[in-house]
Amino acid sequence: MSTNSARRTALHDWHVAHGARMVDFAGWEMPLNYGSQLAEHEAVRQAAGLFDVSHMRPLDLSGPDVRELLRYALANDVAKLDAVPGKALYSTMLQGNGGIIDDLIVYHRGDGRYRIVLNAGGAEVDTAHLQALVDARGWRVTLGKRPDLGILAVQGPTARALAAAVLGMPALAELPVFHALEQSGFFVGRTGYTGEDGVEIIAANTLLPGLADRLITAGVRPAGLAARDSLRLEAGLDLYGQDMTTAVSPYASNLAWTVDLRAAERDFLGRAALVAQSATGGGAKLIGLAMREGIPRHGYVVEDAAGQPCGVVTSGIFSPSLQCGIALARVDAALEPGAVCAVVVRGVRRPALVVKPPFWRKGVATFSFPEEYAA
Amino acid sequence: MSKIPETLRYSDTHEWVEDLGGGRYRVGITDHAQELLGDLVYVEVPEVGKAIRGGEVCGVLESVKAAADLYAPVNGTVLERNDGLGDNPQWLNEDPYGQGWMMVVEADAAACAGLLDAVAYGKLAES
Repeated sequence: MSTNSARRTALHDWHVAHGARMVDFAGWEMPLNYGSQLAEHEAVRQAAGLFDVSHMRPLDLSGPDVRELLRYALANDVAKLDAVPGKALYSTMLQGNGGIIDDLIVYHRGDGRYRIVLNAGGAEVDTAHLQALVDARGWRVTLGKRPDLGILAVQGPTARALAAAVLGMPALAELPVFHALEQSGFFVGRTGYTGEDGVEIIAANTLLPGLADRLITAGVRPAGLAARDSLRLEAGLDLYGQDMTTAVSPYASNLAWTVDLRAAERDFLGRAALVAQSATGGGAKLIGLAMREGIPRHGYVVEDAAGQPCGVVTSGIFSPSLQCGIALARVDAALEPGAVCAVVVRGVRRPALVVKPPFWRKGVATFSFPEEYAA
Repeated sequence: MSKIPETLRYSDTHEWVEDLGGGRYRVGITDHAQELLGDLVYVEVPEVGKAIRGGEVCGVLESVKAAADLYAPVNGTVLERNDGLGDNPQWLNEDPYGQGWMMVVEADAAACAGLLDAVAYGKLAES
């Protein structure tokens, strides 16, 4: 439940006025739902939903050595952003041993300026980590926390058009995925965490309640953290702290695609550990599971076809779009998409189909249950 | 906030109990409980004839997000259960004291002595 010590976003009173059930999330008092997670989930899949994600924290970086810092601190390579100011990149930030400190989106704003958006739970630790790297290397980089800014995510098939109309930014119609535009104090990136098209709008806290009102008037529906979780899991997106932690590498988190080893001279933090891990091969993997019967939950045991425990569910829900149980699970066994293993649900072994995430994409399921489907 | 009808009695595990007379009691989960759980998608209620023990797990409630145990509010035997919940778990959200009732239990009146009244349950739900 919410506590008095929890931080509040600029939209706190707005949420309460719109009937939100507020909960404590990573030290922030946030809306869990505005009555029905299912209705909010459906709104985002069918039209557009509005999420206050101001618990996620923008960090602005500038200075002559900022590119060097980011090429060292991030497993993905910000050199990909050089040519196009406004372009964004998803990356993990690793420890020396390859464990994931956090995942983030970094935007290149041109003129040696970058903006990172960090998870609520990790923002302080991440910033201290980056500052320690700057200090140790003597890099000329300034890190600027932005408590004056908040973030609204507008997500769904109609979200971008509605946001363009409300913000008076027709250029959003042409904005490519993972690019941002800045206009009149609104920083708008075509990014999200739902598997739908949409934008994330970073702006001064003082602008957010008015913007939220105008978006709702335009037909966007308020949606809470509960719907955000079911949407991201259907989209096969990891949640930091649950599907990935400092104990696991990107390779063990279905995030190999975010590790860029191409520039041989780029000796980023964690690189040596990742290279050693790939050379050994094997190791734990994060896979998708779908279940017709039983709902997989965080912590449930995964068994292989022979009945041997081989892993654990990291995130599991009843999928509102697919109407079945879906999960991400970390397993040691080689389980390929299409294979059938099992999840132990309250002592009962239930068959689970291995699915390559995402589970749901552009309005349809990415898999179907085979006729032969038994553990 | 959540509805807590004065005519019902409550367990500290968020079930309500309605005295139907003749040692029969109707049982469900409270409005507060359904708010905590969110949208219910799967419900398991004990079968008719099953003996249940107060404070012990007798079924399962699953929402999109979470799985929770259903506790028996009293010692007794299940006389009837709401089979419609199998296909309509959303009744627990929409009408927890009406269409979302879970079972009718035969119990000794003394078994209900330890239950809370609406005021006491209201304090528990707020805390």
